[in-house]
Amino acid sequence: MASDLTTANPNPDFKEEVREFFSEGIPENWRTRLRAGLRLEPDELIAYQKKLAARGWGAPTWPKEYGGTGWGPQQLYTFWREAANAYAPNQFHQGLELIGPIIFSYGSDEQKKKFLPPILNGDHWWCQGYSEPGAGSDLASLRTRADRDGDFYVLNGQKTWTSYAHVATHVFVLARTSTEAKRQQGISLFLIDMTSPGLSIRPIRTMDEKHHTNELFIDNVRVPAENLVGEEGRGWEYGKVLLDRERMVTASTAIFLQQTVAAVRDAASRRKIGSSLLIDRPVFASKLAQFEIEVRALQIMVRRLMADAARGAQSGPRGSMVKLRWSQLLQAGTALWVEALGPEASHFRALTGSPLDEDMPYALQGALYSRVTSIYGGTSEIQHNIIARRALGL
Amino acid sequence: MDFLFSDEQDMLFQSADRFGQERFACLGRAELLSDPEQAELGRLWHDMAELGWLMLTIDEAAGGIGAGSGEVMALMQAMGKHLIPSAYVATCILVPALLKGDEDAAQTVLAKIGDGSAKASGAFFEADSGYHLHHVQLEAVRKGDTYVLNGQKCHVEDGADADWFVVSARTSGASSERLGISLFLVPKDAPGLEVEKFRAIDGHRHAKLHLREVTNAVLIGEQDNAIANIESAVALANCAHLAEASGSMRAAADLTLEYLKTREQFGQPIGKFQVLQHRMVDMMMGCEEAESMVFDAAQLADRAEPIDPLAVCAAKVRVGQCGLYVTQQAVQLHGGIGFSDEIIVSHHLRRQMMLNLAYGSIDHYRSVYAEGQ
Repeated sequence: MASDLTTANPNPDFKEEVREFFSEGIPENWRTRLRAGLRLEPDELIAYQKKLAARGWGAPTWPKEYGGTGWGPQQLYTFWREAANAYAPNQFHQGLELIGPIIFSYGSDEQKKKFLPPILNGDHWWCQGYSEPGAGSDLASLRTRADRDGDFYVLNGQKTWTSYAHVATHVFVLARTSTEAKRQQGISLFLIDMTSPGLSIRPIRTMDEKHHTNELFIDNVRVPAENLVGEEGRGWEYGKVLLDRERMVTASTAIFLQQTVAAVRDAASRRKIGSSLLIDRPVFASKLAQFEIEVRALQIMVRRLMADAARGAQSGPRGSMVKLRWSQLLQAGTALWVEALGPEASHFRALTGSPLDEDMPYALQGALYSRVTSIYGGTSEIQHNIIARRALGL
Repeated sequence: MDFLFSDEQDMLFQSADRFGQERFACLGRAELLSDPEQAELGRLWHDMAELGWLMLTIDEAAGGIGAGSGEVMALMQAMGKHLIPSAYVATCILVPALLKGDEDAAQTVLAKIGDGSAKASGAFFEADSGYHLHHVQLEAVRKGDTYVLNGQKCHVEDGADADWFVVSARTSGASSERLGISLFLVPKDAPGLEVEKFRAIDGHRHAKLHLREVTNAVLIGEQDNAIANIESAVALANCAHLAEASGSMRAAADLTLEYLKTREQFGQPIGKFQVLQHRMVDMMMGCEEAESMVFDAAQLADRAEPIDPLAVCAAKVRVGQCGLYVTQQAVQLHGGIGFSDEIIVSHHLRRQMMLNLAYGSIDHYRSVYAEGQ
């Protein structure tokens, strides 16, 4: 099956099936925001998740025994390509790709029963309580504490950059259960209901004027001991199960970049400058070609990554490389889109009730949002450090 | 070939790698290249013939091996790794792709290429053609049973030692029309043909041709309809060069990584400095990007004929950029010694620069891509 990623599609029926699924029920008004690399609104993402779940495709990357599709890399690749082509979004990942796999790998049977189906069905929305004001790239320096008190743990501390805490039903939190052990060893992982007394959030305003993220205050929050994942003090190492899965998440994200390519091309094909279209002007055409060629190269790198996965081989630094290149290209692409739109791209909000022109304000919002893609999930500089250390032995 | 060599392709790479290592060590490279008799290079060519490499892409019907693009990629990566400055791409990739017909003259040339007794190249570019293969002014006029050729070709890649030239000529139409271009096989000693020879900075040897009333030329393929054949042959030559480029930049990056671990300054290996670590990672990413594109191009070339021209354009742009970046930085990270002749990284940079001049520059292919998209 490995070679299928590069040769003709081995299973045209599957491709047809996926295409058929995406041929309806994807609202037109999602398109511009997806092209901008922006997340849809939570209610839209939940609706999408429910639609997939109803088809049995709620968790494309999960094994069958937990309600996943059990698809291999070839099918995943087809699925994501078709989704991207149809202007469907990438699924929201914090439940599906971050805590879900940790629960099915290390969680108790009760946790699996209680938490996995609602992730799949879109009934629970998870957010990630990892970063703290003093623990960003150096996550192991986190200070939020969890003290055992009978059948409960009592948590105290502050989290930050808690994206979608304002809509989440649950949060997974890393907290220190011991200060004696080595930094990483005293950390435990907890599953917490967002309605727990003592949890409060404050929105963080960001430069794109879109509310994604928050501060999360944890003040004497009592968490049932059964909501500890695995063993006390081993929360850090459970994250390792994600490392192996990360390349698929990265690959899917990068596949959706082609939506941005189309945005630039469309805008440049519409805009007239003097008697010619912007897309026919050599300087712009050359920049667009450069961008498209680099995206093309990235898509080939993604196929190589997935070919590794298909044959069960390690990818070494390829996943990090794809993440780095994807964020660079999303930034370049959205900036080029703004340039293609011209001065009206600055019309961010209407003041007199008039409608905004096509693509506004999302192109600009996407260009601004794209700046955080080289910061979250390990900054580009941290990625460089990781590759240098792990792959190059420096 | 799923971003991996098959066992056969891997064996070919290994054997070419050994060949390069044994026969083309960096030390003494300058002397080897500057020998006016080209004695050692001649022996290398002879040995490559013995190994069967020279007939790799020649069709089985014409007495060759008829290997696919994966084999070409494997061989060319090793050639790039060791920077073997041979006329391989022109003689063994480009010309066999041009000579697909059953003309006796073509068969003779292919047989001689295959056994190593002759070299050949394609002559397309003219003083004001840019890198456009369809801008042809060199003229061929039919007179009875023969053609009379007049005009110039300003650059023939690896043409200095060619025994035969496959020359594009205009048999009808205006100077930049796609229709009206024909191919002619011209021996180097044809009366009226003057061959000026040049050495490049990377050891390759090129030519410039002046044709004055040349009559000793054989029409190859159909008159007036050669452009598609020329373009697809050049695309294959480009693919081979891309594989060479990826092998070369990977070698330069590997050597640089080794150097970062061994070279000490300020009391520690310079690879401990984060600014150099990050640069090194960017170089490795360049190699990864280029290699992925080269694999993809080879896969495409085997799947369809002619290969999708936009895929080749994209690869020419990006592999070219990666190759320049990686080898420029390889020189930079080596410091002063990187600038010297005795360290191979400077040779890699020279080769990458020349590869971008061979059958079209980065800007040329980017604008072709832009027009074709």
